[in-house]
Amino acid sequence: MDLYYLTAHQLHNMLVNKEISAVELTKSVFARIDKLDDRIRAFVTLTREQALQQAQQVDNARAAGEELPALAGIPVAIKDNICTVGVRTTCSSKMLYNYIPPYNATVMERLNDARTIMVGKTNMDEFAMGSSCENSAFFPTCNPWDTERVPGGSSGGSAAAVAAGEAVLALGSDTGGSIRQPASFCGVVGMKPTYGTVSRYGLVAFASSLDQIGPLTRDVTDCALLLNVICGHDPFDSTSAPYDKPDYTSFLTGDIKGMKIGVPVEYMGEGIDSAVKEVIKKAIAVLSNLGAEVAETTLPHTEHALPAYYLIAPAEASSNLARYDGVRYGYRSEKAGDVVDMFMQTRSEGFGPEVKRRIMLGTYALSAGYYDAYYNKALKVRTLIKQDFDQAYEKFDLLLGPTAPVTAFKRGEKVDDPVQMYMVDVCTLSVNLAGLPAISVPAGMAGNLPVGLQLIGRPFGEGDILRAAHAFEQTTEHHRKFPE
Amino acid sequence: MLSPKEVEHVALLARLKLTDEEKETYRRQLSDILDNFRKLQDLDTENIPPTAHVLPLQNVFREDRVGGHMAVEKVLANAPQRQDNFFKVPKIV
Repeated sequence: MDLYYLTAHQLHNMLVNKEISAVELTKSVFARIDKLDDRIRAFVTLTREQALQQAQQVDNARAAGEELPALAGIPVAIKDNICTVGVRTTCSSKMLYNYIPPYNATVMERLNDARTIMVGKTNMDEFAMGSSCENSAFFPTCNPWDTERVPGGSSGGSAAAVAAGEAVLALGSDTGGSIRQPASFCGVVGMKPTYGTVSRYGLVAFASSLDQIGPLTRDVTDCALLLNVICGHDPFDSTSAPYDKPDYTSFLTGDIKGMKIGVPVEYMGEGIDSAVKEVIKKAIAVLSNLGAEVAETTLPHTEHALPAYYLIAPAEASSNLARYDGVRYGYRSEKAGDVVDMFMQTRSEGFGPEVKRRIMLGTYALSAGYYDAYYNKALKVRTLIKQDFDQAYEKFDLLLGPTAPVTAFKRGEKVDDPVQMYMVDVCTLSVNLAGLPAISVPAGMAGNLPVGLQLIGRPFGEGDILRAAHAFEQTTEHHRKFPE
Repeated sequence: MLSPKEVEHVALLARLKLTDEEKETYRRQLSDILDNFRKLQDLDTENIPPTAHVLPLQNVFREDRVGGHMAVEKVLANAPQRQDNFFKVPKIV
């Protein structure tokens, strides 16, 4: 087995036992990138020299007899909406094509303290708006399992990089499913933590009440290890939750006897592909055999989550993206007359079609005369959706369903129909509206394409979903499959 | 169905200059999207409070103490245009 396809915890043991060096490992990952990324196109920017320097420092520390932290020397890919000091951070948008952050996101500071190696910045749907990576202003990313298909989105570059061996770990961001859905499409593990668990400082804002950074990894143990590094209270983010952070690996016991798991009927009904449903049914049988008590339940307002989300997220986005005016950073139109004209030309030339569509939708939902009918209505429905989950968690420890209603679709299949594209997020976006933690784990294949199983926990119930996901993974081989 | 005038008004609020083709596309697509969202109106939410935020956090203040701040050169490094220690923009008045 090549180095680039091992997990971080396996590689850590090899590093500690001096079977490999961090420089060797980093070179192996870059060799893989050189071989494949012409076809996959997971990266917007590569940081090869910096990576080799970081790796050399890890090797020097090891030679000096220092104890290596759990993820020291492990190559990580970073979604290009996470600020990296001195390294271009574009959000895959013309608007930020030349933006070099003067500071690091908090998660980057934590990764550096943990001595991980940054490989590069990954492609995404522009400003994280999209479900297929086709909305990147630069180029689309391909699914490593079938290069004619999309890797999902918006963290499609990060998911594709991990799936193709172009990085061992990756960070993504999830506003309505943007970590979990590409994890499902690419056959890797992806987690959206509870809102407030991971600092948003330095994450370019899309919808501030929904955005969370989270891990994309090869297995659940790596997911717990990466979450350990990036989570925890941050005074730089006023929505960061003060809570006692556990060691998430302590939940990986393999024992889920007596765990109560609910299957919302809405997640297994109409609109879910039958091949996807079959895989999820098999996964339910596996969990039952492990001693979990699985029963049907209901989240009655599920059908209202999609419209509520697509009013709230664009409303917040229209406000957040008002900052792109060509004054302080990023793109500025050359055609400008007076200052207002400069704002308008800059925004019209700098934003792509989906970003403009969402700014228009959000502005409309917030505008005088429509605020109550649309935005405020959506906030009230958000309360109902949250109450659905609260009621379900009176009886269950976690909920389960497919991560996405379909497997990876072909490029171009849905780009012209926004409503069809938005439907792809139908299983994931309620979770963001309610602020809950959820994980997608590889559950099997439908044809030659991976299917993800989604486990949703109580607020700050990351331990429960990691425990169940890990137990499931131990009895299956899906996470050990790699694309050809 | 949104009217062309409504689309132009929203575009102005959002500070977007749209081509005629874009105006027509967004008019059609936004109308489609809003039609699909009509089912929200069927729900009785009279007595339901809105949720803008899921965490029960309020008024997160920091201590009133001078902290570190970024050097002016760093702040201006990404400016499309600058003059001395200022961001430069086209004529305002």
